[in-house]
Amino acid sequence: MQAVKIVVTGPFSSGKTSFIQSISEIDVVATERKITRDHERIKDQTTVAMDFGRITIDDELVLYLFGTPGQRRFEFMWEVLSEGMLGFIVLVDSTRPETFREARRILDTFRSYSPVPYIVAANKQDAPDAWSPEDLRIVLRVESDVKVVPCVGTERSTVKEVLLQLLYSVLETMDKAEE
Amino acid sequence: MALKGNLRDFGITQLLNLINLAHKTGTLYLENPQGRAYLCFREGKLIYAAMEGEEESLPQMLQRTGKLTAEQARAIISHTAGRADRDVAMMLINAGHIQQQDVAKSVNQHVLNLVYRIFAWNEGTFRFEPSELPVQGKMTTSIALENVIMEGSRRLKEWERLQEELPDLDIALKFADRPTTPLRNINLSVEEWRVISFINPRNTIRQIAQYNSMSDFQIRKIVYSLLQAGLVEIVRPERPAMPSPTEPQRRAAGEEAAAPAMQMRRPAVKRGLVQKLIDRISKID
Repeated sequence: MQAVKIVVTGPFSSGKTSFIQSISEIDVVATERKITRDHERIKDQTTVAMDFGRITIDDELVLYLFGTPGQRRFEFMWEVLSEGMLGFIVLVDSTRPETFREARRILDTFRSYSPVPYIVAANKQDAPDAWSPEDLRIVLRVESDVKVVPCVGTERSTVKEVLLQLLYSVLETMDKAEE
Repeated sequence: MALKGNLRDFGITQLLNLINLAHKTGTLYLENPQGRAYLCFREGKLIYAAMEGEEESLPQMLQRTGKLTAEQARAIISHTAGRADRDVAMMLINAGHIQQQDVAKSVNQHVLNLVYRIFAWNEGTFRFEPSELPVQGKMTTSIALENVIMEGSRRLKEWERLQEELPDLDIALKFADRPTTPLRNINLSVEEWRVISFINPRNTIRQIAQYNSMSDFQIRKIVYSLLQAGLVEIVRPERPAMPSPTEPQRRAAGEEAAAPAMQMRRPAVKRGLVQKLIDRISKID
């Protein structure tokens, strides 16, 4: 059985666990703990090790989705998770501009681990205060050849679209490499 | 859809950069302990700016830039009460009191002065209302934001440096007993003279700024140059001044240059495998 890995990363509380839960065929294996730090107390629980989702492709192939821990003190886990990934998704909460700088930092960090294709998912686009993907591209300084895709992490259809867009980017990268 | 946020997380430079790059039209409303301001943009260009409670009429702007005397400005204001700035401008130009470029320069100057003041705001909230332009009857301009961002950032750096050099404004100044600069060779500006006239160990720098209606940036700049010239020395105030809150350090993050584009590596899988993934995920309901 061959396994392929896609990493879903992003700032604390950007919606990574919900994103993976929306599309995974198994209950997400999440290792969550109660939040202890005041400034991170925007939700009750957070991922402390990783989220783990699965999509079976056929008898011989399975796609794993790994969500990175959102809190900075678990950053040491990121490099471990990024090992051998096919690509990565940077999930950004479009309603929280205070997290954009952190998102940019995470994006740069993951790019430094492995120069594989990636896309940015502008999450929570159903919220009235959501910044548009075009504005996020500017503030996160995302290059023009990298996709910034609108997304609502709790809706399977948009999560599916994000995954597909990443896979199309992987194909495009292969095409470029073969030229 | 309004863009909203906190200036601590998303600074003025970043906001102007976004408006410039996205060619946005609308009004940016800013609020912090120093007041409320609004900046209007048309297709990414700055066209108007004002502080709530400090909105100046055209004659006041022209007076500030030396195009009108205080008496002329007063007379024009009293004769044109209730008329829009645009009408006043036309009237003054047609009467030959001023030239069109004087008006344009004064409005530009007024808008830029306000924007540069706002660059030092590192706390407060912002809200961008697209397509909202409350400029009816006002004299507008059209200023490209690239230069504003560069100049504002330069001033901000200077402001930060001055803040480091002179962190506490609740200290006093006295004239140096033995000035290091020969006094006869000194040329002081009007603003420097205004500060000099208040130098006394009983007046804190903050009080001198208040007497002269100067911003923290202006007073720091002047006091710093007087200190550098060796004309004045710092002393503890004879009467304790009111303690002031520590001015927050401006965060430096967020302005760094974009990382160079990285060449993407071809994933170590076969094309057929990726196509399989796409086919499978496409079928998910």
